[in-house]
Amino acid sequence: MKTPTGHRPRLRGRRDLVASLSVVVLLVACVLAGRLLLDDAALRPNSAPRLLPPGLEHPLGTDHLGRDLFTRVVKGLALSLGIGVLTAAISTVISAVLGICAALLGRRVDAFVSWLIDLSIGIPHLIFMILLAFTVGGGIPGLVAGIAFTHWMSLALLVRADVKQIRDAEFILVSRGLGRSPLFIARRHVLPLVLPQLLVGFVLMFPHVILHEAALTFLGFGFPPQTPAIGILLSEGMAHISSGMWWLAVFPGLALLLLVLGFARLGDRVRAVLDPATSNG
Amino acid sequence: MNTPILTVSELGVGFVQYAGGLRTRTVPGITGLDLEVREGEILAVLGASGSGKTLLAQAILGILPHNAHVTGEIRYRGERLTAARRRRTLGREISYIPQSVTNLDPLMPVGGQVRIGLDPKTAEQEQRRLFARYGLADEAARLYPFELSGGMLRRVLFATGVRDTVRLVIADEPTPGLHAEAVAEVLRHLRELAADGAAVLLITHDILSAVTVAERVAVMNGGRLVTVESASAFTGEGDGLGHPFARELWRALPQNRFSAGGVEWRW
Amino acid sequence: MNARRPAGAVPVMPRLILLRVLRLASLLAGVSVLAFVLVRNSPIDPIQAYIGADVDLTDEQLAKLRERWGLDRSPVEQYLAWAGTLLRGDFGTSTLYKAPVTDVMGARFGASLALMAVAWTLSGVLGYLLGAVAAMHRGRLADRVVSWYSYTLSATPAFWLGIVFLVVFSVWLGWFPVGLAGPQGVPAADVTFAQRLHHFVLPAITLSAVGVANIAMHTREKMTDVLNSDYVAFARARGETGAQIFKNHGFRNSVVPAVTLQFAYFAELFGGSVLAETVFSYPGLGSTLTEAALGGDVPLLLGIVLVSAVFVFTGNLIADVVNAAIDPRIRRRA
Repeated sequence: MKTPTGHRPRLRGRRDLVASLSVVVLLVACVLAGRLLLDDAALRPNSAPRLLPPGLEHPLGTDHLGRDLFTRVVKGLALSLGIGVLTAAISTVISAVLGICAALLGRRVDAFVSWLIDLSIGIPHLIFMILLAFTVGGGIPGLVAGIAFTHWMSLALLVRADVKQIRDAEFILVSRGLGRSPLFIARRHVLPLVLPQLLVGFVLMFPHVILHEAALTFLGFGFPPQTPAIGILLSEGMAHISSGMWWLAVFPGLALLLLVLGFARLGDRVRAVLDPATSNG
Repeated sequence: MNTPILTVSELGVGFVQYAGGLRTRTVPGITGLDLEVREGEILAVLGASGSGKTLLAQAILGILPHNAHVTGEIRYRGERLTAARRRRTLGREISYIPQSVTNLDPLMPVGGQVRIGLDPKTAEQEQRRLFARYGLADEAARLYPFELSGGMLRRVLFATGVRDTVRLVIADEPTPGLHAEAVAEVLRHLRELAADGAAVLLITHDILSAVTVAERVAVMNGGRLVTVESASAFTGEGDGLGHPFARELWRALPQNRFSAGGVEWRW
Repeated sequence: MNARRPAGAVPVMPRLILLRVLRLASLLAGVSVLAFVLVRNSPIDPIQAYIGADVDLTDEQLAKLRERWGLDRSPVEQYLAWAGTLLRGDFGTSTLYKAPVTDVMGARFGASLALMAVAWTLSGVLGYLLGAVAAMHRGRLADRVVSWYSYTLSATPAFWLGIVFLVVFSVWLGWFPVGLAGPQGVPAADVTFAQRLHHFVLPAITLSAVGVANIAMHTREKMTDVLNSDYVAFARARGETGAQIFKNHGFRNSVVPAVTLQFAYFAELFGGSVLAETVFSYPGLGSTLTEAALGGDVPLLLGIVLVSAVFVFTGNLIADVVNAAIDPRIRRRA
């Protein structure tokens, strides 16, 4: 249609980005500050009355061992953030390596990578994660491996498509003609061009990895039982809901929801600014 | 005879755009346009892309984008064309023959698309009649748009617009990209519709088609109506043309201007 | 998607299905190799897991067990032997349940399937309708509610939603039981259908509520594209009302991608059922998987992984076939 439409200019996208970025930064800062400032004593059993409903002294109440739920939630979120950054980073690196290899190293590698992607998509995420967590032998390495190896597929597809578009560009052909190795070309020419895509992919991946981290710890993988991880808090809290202690199971999840929502929004905004064509926000 | 079917007066179309923050501004599309189409007449609206001719069609049909702002008055057979009146007349008395074959639903057999808006009892029969009239095989009714050629799809588009009850036909660029023979066919179909008593508004940028088929030619430029000329004045050196802009257009045509209809002329 | 092929070749559908089945077979083989390699390299000793930590065996007894389980042979031999028994339908013996894996899975698969089938249908229909309504009222209240719901739900931990439902509907309102497929202490055979249903509702709703978000968001986008298309503008110019536009054009142009998407959703659905089943202690395949992994039950774990992969690949296969069957542009490319 030739007629002008009512799209707001890019400016709005940037303002939204700044807004959601501030929210996320604030959230993260609070969590990290809380992690450093909150007294660890609150985490030890019996320092307060048990199963206290939310109140002034304990904003989110206390659990069956008298531990302050607020402190535990903040520590849990900090843990989620840490695991999230680590796994999303590993996953992004895997996507970049496989995506670039598929696009640069010829048809066989390409076919193999796309087979690998189909394979990895074919096992339900959570089941693949459980399998990996089991394989690596439980504990944090299992958790990290499980999450990192199950979130790279869609980003790898995007990177591959991007690199395919630029691989026949003149400067790359010239570089090839000069006898540069694929590794050199990938590092010097291709990587800088797909970096924005990787950044967007990383941010968009973040909500998913945090959610899956919580799911895995909830099911009992990853951390030892007393660790203040969101999943463990929820699984402990579940034991008390039939006796009416709803706060133990509701607040940790709500806190996680807010964090994930913030990052999801941020991801959409980053994509809208860096890549307006494919976003619809 | 010769009663006006469509009367457009002081029509203005503007677009509301966000100009940063909460401020908005209005971008004009059409300003102060007056126009009349009569029974049995073909009026060609001639203009380059961006001249506002397609907006005129969209304004009459009420299918402008949401951010469009319409002023002035559009009357159909003497009465204001309101949303309620459009509901009663669009597809029955007012029909639209769009520019592109992408206006056909890709997932609906073309026969079904022609039957939309027809009386369900006689739709099947009527659609066969229309297919026959436009030289389309009966079996084609069950085919999807992607299975037909561009020329056939154009005829399907015509068939969707032709109804016994039609009083006003708005044809938006029905000729571009067609070879001379197909153009002649399209124009012949338009003439037939007019001969049946319909008023035809032909929107085009092809000056030769416009001159060949229409009684009068309205020239648009930059969202304004420049002049309305009699089609017969577009002859020779164009000395009979009242407005210098129309004369300029006519004289700017390449030498082969009298090989009727075959010239695709772009501004 | 729209691969053109020369005239006179094999008709589209059988060819498509054949190609897909071959790819499926190769992927399944891949999954089995992957799963086998992963599990083999796991630090968990299957024998120790089988006999339990508290039993001490002599080295001689251990060696005997190893030989019986084939653990003394090379990895490739072991895999081939294992794959061979798999192809004969023998998934081995569950170390946790001390029963054939196929029996353990068989008893639970039905329960999971019922749960997933209901959630799949419910979320598909409801999600499609919500997405369509949102697109047709874009920018207005209905759209904002649907968009907000979808956005929030996609950021919500599925299992936490189940917990909240438990708190609200079971504990506060007392409408539903807290868990299990039937009342506690009643033998499975004596549980009535009504009781089963009563225990079934919350897990099914939890799983559906999450699924709705996905399909609603995609349908909203797709339907918006359709409504902005030339053919819908033309339909408006022909005087078609909103309802007619939906019936004539909107539905047929948006339902194909929705159905495709919903079949491709099988993977998420299976993952979701693991969590929902665990929260509601619903005795299905998902909760059994968690038990198997935490309890080091290798044969059962592998069995469920393979079944889930077959489940997902089948979903993708159906998506492709359905897509080809209802889209005339693919179906009629003769």
